[in-house]
Amino acid sequence: MYIYDDFDRTLVQERVREFGDQVNRRLSGELTEEEFKPLRLMNGVYLQLHAYMLRIAIPYGTLSSDQMRMLAHVARRYDRNYGHFTTRQNIQFNWIKLKELPDAMADLARAGLHGMQTSGNCVRNVTTDQWAGVAPDEIEDPRIWAELLRQHLTLHPEFSFLPRKFKVALTAAAHDRAAVKIHDIGLRMHRNGAGETGFEVIVGGGLGRTPFIGKTIKPFLPKRDLLSYVEAIMRTYNQYGRRDNIYKARMKILVHELGAEKFAGEVEEEWQSIKDGPLALDPAVVADIAARFRYPQYELLADNPSELARAREDNRFRLWLDNSVTNHKVAGYAIVTLSLKPEGGPPGDATAAQMDTIAELADRYSHGEIRVGHEQNLALPHVAQRDLPTLWRALDGIGVATPNVNLISDIIACPGLDYCSLANARSIPVAEEITRRFRDLDLARNVGPLHINISGCINACGHHHIGHIGILGVEKNGEEYYQVTLGGRADDSAELGTILGPAVPYAEIADVVEDIATAYLELRARPGELFVDTVQRVGVDPFRERVYAAR
Amino acid sequence: MPLVKAGRIVEDRFVRVVDDAPVPDGAAAILPAARFLADAHELVLRQAPIGVVWPNDRKVAELAPYLDWIALVALVFPNFRDGCAYSQARLLRERYHFRGELRATGQILRDQCLFLQRAGFDAFELTKAADAPAFVAAVQRYSVFYQPAADGRASTLTARLARVPQHSPS
Ligand code: SF4
Repeated sequence: MYIYDDFDRTLVQERVREFGDQVNRRLSGELTEEEFKPLRLMNGVYLQLHAYMLRIAIPYGTLSSDQMRMLAHVARRYDRNYGHFTTRQNIQFNWIKLKELPDAMADLARAGLHGMQTSGNCVRNVTTDQWAGVAPDEIEDPRIWAELLRQHLTLHPEFSFLPRKFKVALTAAAHDRAAVKIHDIGLRMHRNGAGETGFEVIVGGGLGRTPFIGKTIKPFLPKRDLLSYVEAIMRTYNQYGRRDNIYKARMKILVHELGAEKFAGEVEEEWQSIKDGPLALDPAVVADIAARFRYPQYELLADNPSELARAREDNRFRLWLDNSVTNHKVAGYAIVTLSLKPEGGPPGDATAAQMDTIAELADRYSHGEIRVGHEQNLALPHVAQRDLPTLWRALDGIGVATPNVNLISDIIACPGLDYCSLANARSIPVAEEITRRFRDLDLARNVGPLHINISGCINACGHHHIGHIGILGVEKNGEEYYQVTLGGRADDSAELGTILGPAVPYAEIADVVEDIATAYLELRARPGELFVDTVQRVGVDPFRERVYAAR
Repeated sequence: MPLVKAGRIVEDRFVRVVDDAPVPDGAAAILPAARFLADAHELVLRQAPIGVVWPNDRKVAELAPYLDWIALVALVFPNFRDGCAYSQARLLRERYHFRGELRATGQILRDQCLFLQRAGFDAFELTKAADAPAFVAAVQRYSVFYQPAADGRASTLTARLARVPQHSPS
């Protein structure tokens, strides 16, 4: 947990006051909607189909139990008793009234939460591995660097009116859980020959209507240079990024049009003139930020305590344990994922009552800490293994222990036509229907790890390009159709999916997914071969033949 | 369109010269970039102050050789969502050490004034008359700044450093 100091608290409060004033000027007509729009967006306020939506940042996915209680309070007091966790470590409230927004923000600020830069053409919430600080495979805690970046890029006077939105992600683990290659800037920590850690800098990734996998422009950047190098990238983008066409305005287009090498050259030149200036990081400043991260006092415990062995005899517990519980870097502890993908439910939603209970369970079993991942699930990061059976019963009691993490029903979906004014088609009901088709978890387990991503339009908020199965809502003669891609992935071998065939109507999309799963079971070389690996080996043609044979 | 400098509404002493109209003798004048560059060698010898309107898609490095003789650079915000000129302003101040008047022109709202000031602007042609009296409050809204910029305000990077010795190991 990063604990705010006076500077952080003051800044958030000043921001809330400023926004309150802007809302009043809008309500009195002093500001036109056109003028108000970029201001509200920079505070996380969208105008959706039916109401204003408020998006709150959960920096690097770490939440305290008190912050979770505050989210529950906001859901109850200003919304319809629930909130929606997104793919970018944010939470959205869908039904907030404009005139109540300043109050909701003031309440959130009391818990150190805010909506700053969660939308608009500015630097968005810096995301990272949701298991940062507890994953056994990381070389150090990336959140310290994420926090330094967050601060540096918050209300940055030069970069608050960029050509387009700007996303930064960071990981320090061997396995990339932050999808760094699909961000404007992706940072990957490595250790060099001298034993120092630093950053591989990847730029120009992104999905949307023109998807690109990012390119490495700096294999190893020393830590002291993190802020100056990012500043040089941003300055290059702010000056040369296109502003004439919204669809060509993301940095990925600039990188693509210039070529990664030329882009890297521009950045390098800019960086050389600022790298030894005030942005060079003093180790004492880094240490000061690091000191504000609080870590639990772990007990000395052994792995696999007797409580666990006994509880394993219960079949339901064992299934959950094998599916939703992951190794922790400290012996005797575990990381527990809470599935927000119940059968027939909208992915990523949590009710106020669930949030309150999760906060209480975090206090009791996870040192008061909760994590939010880009897969739209939550996690309790510091659970003693002996507590797992009791915790499981409590989680099961509130419906967040479905053992489907990473399985076919653990679907990532954007809000789609139910909320979003840009949508071509619904996303949530498609996800709900697929979870019903795979309610038989024996079947889902047999299919194994498989990520479905659904976007309601080409803007790709559901990251369909990198879904093992990607589903994109399109419109055909006023009807909802879906285009399916196979073989996308966001991991180290990041890849964009390949189109399976002609789009199919709403009524058939769940059948198509079932057919794909059946085809995979026939096509895989052996039971352990992952879906994506099968697609990579055989290509999409055999899938196409099977899926379209009957259509 | 009120011009605000040092927190106050002031008279604009510069006259704008369009395209190839004659430059008025003895009066402060602002010229378009192309015109300025064409006649730069003569213009910098003038007695009266000279200013230039610099478009937001042209490198300010081109202007660097003349900065010592220029009294004013006007940068352009074609609309308030276009933030190119923030980078130009910082480069003029921090890289090329321009000490003259740096004026923000185009579509400027009070909500941007603090960012503009931090980027190095010291003169603001505000779009709305009502924003002029609100200017001082707008640039004083914040007391905490996470990053150093062109305005010399202390950032948390240095403020935090100052308190490091008092940190008790916990
Ligand atoms: S992908 Fe399209 S439909 Fe879905 S949330 Fe984004 S803009 Fe809306």
